[in-house]
Amino acid sequence: MGKTLAEKILGLKSHSEAEAGDIVIADVDWAFVQDTTGPLTIRQFQNSSFAALASPERTIIFLDHAAPSPAQQLSNDHILLRRFAKEMGCRIYEVGDGICHQLIAEKFANPGDIIVGSDSHTVTGGALGAFATGMGSSDVAVALALGKTWFRVPESFFIEFNGVFPRGVYAKDLILYLIGKISADGATYKALEFGGEALAQMTMSQRITIANMAVEAGAKVGLFPSDKITRDFLTEYGRGGNYKPLYPGNGAKYERVIPVNLSQLEPMLSLPHAVDNVRPVTKVKGVTIQQAFIGTCTNGRLEDLAVAAEILKGEKRHPGTRLIIAPASRQVLIRAVEKGYIHSLIEAGATILPPGCAACMGLHQGVLGDGEICISTANRNFQGRMGNPEAMVYLASPATAAASAIRGEITDPREFM
Amino acid sequence: MIDLVLKGKAIKLGDNISTDDIIPGRFAHLRSNLPELAKHVLEDAAPEFVSKVRSGDFLVAGKNFGLGSSREHAPVVIKMSGVGAILAKSAARIFFRNAINQGLPVLLCDTDKISNGDELEIDLTGGIINNLTSGVKLGCSKIPPIMSAILKEDGLIPYIQKHKDFKL
Repeated sequence: MGKTLAEKILGLKSHSEAEAGDIVIADVDWAFVQDTTGPLTIRQFQNSSFAALASPERTIIFLDHAAPSPAQQLSNDHILLRRFAKEMGCRIYEVGDGICHQLIAEKFANPGDIIVGSDSHTVTGGALGAFATGMGSSDVAVALALGKTWFRVPESFFIEFNGVFPRGVYAKDLILYLIGKISADGATYKALEFGGEALAQMTMSQRITIANMAVEAGAKVGLFPSDKITRDFLTEYGRGGNYKPLYPGNGAKYERVIPVNLSQLEPMLSLPHAVDNVRPVTKVKGVTIQQAFIGTCTNGRLEDLAVAAEILKGEKRHPGTRLIIAPASRQVLIRAVEKGYIHSLIEAGATILPPGCAACMGLHQGVLGDGEICISTANRNFQGRMGNPEAMVYLASPATAAASAIRGEITDPREFM
Repeated sequence: MIDLVLKGKAIKLGDNISTDDIIPGRFAHLRSNLPELAKHVLEDAAPEFVSKVRSGDFLVAGKNFGLGSSREHAPVVIKMSGVGAILAKSAARIFFRNAINQGLPVLLCDTDKISNGDELEIDLTGGIINNLTSGVKLGCSKIPPIMSAILKEDGLIPYIQKHKDFKL
């Protein structure tokens, strides 16, 4: 019997047969925390009387959620994290370096790795074929100390992508469509495994957008097999030697198979206040927006900024709409400057924020006012998500957000193509 | 060791209570001051919760409780509020594991059979919920032995301090 990707990776890392439903103890390749969950992780680590990290080289701290810090308490949390990094000799990425998940993709994740992070969007690493999953502070604290953790081997859903994206339709529209179809709890405890002939044309940036949102269907991981695109990405980022082929076995057992024809998709939105409250843009357009936010671990990469810049070049944001843009990493920002995207965006009236989580989580840099509506390229639109329970968040692709910023209302990006 | 028989009153909540509902991101600056953070538990989703909850009460929710962020502060502040256990039709994966890691039981059962204010007695060993108000007994789904062991030790950190490793 062939194995799913989840069974293959967990089997190798737990030195066992690892079939869906088994409980295994698996080696962890990378463990990380960010600045809003890291302080509790460190306290739990210290409460356990652990003296050292299992592998300082493979432990990473990211200062990205409050970056730069908007409050003295968060600045003090940063001090705690920096001090821990120094004492333990682990890696740390500073304010302005970028979002943890983007940096994990750029610098660390490899096919077949196990990655645990104290952030739910750790699933992003699945784009590179890593079994990457979010955990809480206690679990990550123990993983930091022991270099391993326990997993229930998940059952898998096979998501089969066919066709090609029509004009104006992107990976974000695909994953919103898929979450609408599966629902916010339809894949709870499961692995989403992506495949199909469309993968051959699907860039790493698109895969990252898709894997990033697997958790919004409840999934434990969102796994892509590795292929030429994976190898090229790893080579581009200086670790081509870490490439290894990784694909599900013939006859792997899937709990569900869900085919998606990309050719039939259209621009999609998640409406307030649930990610699975999905509608086509054509059914919602005309809703007035006060803010458009382009960025986050879901859609803050170079390709995303390129799409936004192309639509916004020579245009102006609507006077009633603030346009805020946060590149996902320092490297993304540098390349976007070099390619002229940032220039186009600033000329169109955008405010450029430092690389980091920015407005996504509602703690700074774009908190909404009462009754305000934001179109955002992030991955969550729960009530209160952007800092105000009286505000509303619509999730969309960078193209839809850019087009909407020009008109000041939710707009079909195809009208600008 | 945690108490294996719990008794308290049901506080009902709806479906899809996210960790942003439980403790919103706008309070991230209070995360290193848990007593202050706990004052804001469920502030948007159930504004009266903090003033009404009594020690030993049960949070009784619908489906997909705790979806969203991995913030372990969510079960931490629920436990600090005095809640003895969470009952839900289903729970999001990370929240479920975090709650157990904090020694806060999460029991998955048909919560439609429980009304707001019902007196409940829960036997964690047998996984039986006895609704003393309605007289209905409910079973709940089993958790893996490793989670039961962690729960019995009142959370992952005490468990690891005792065993030094995971014991399957």
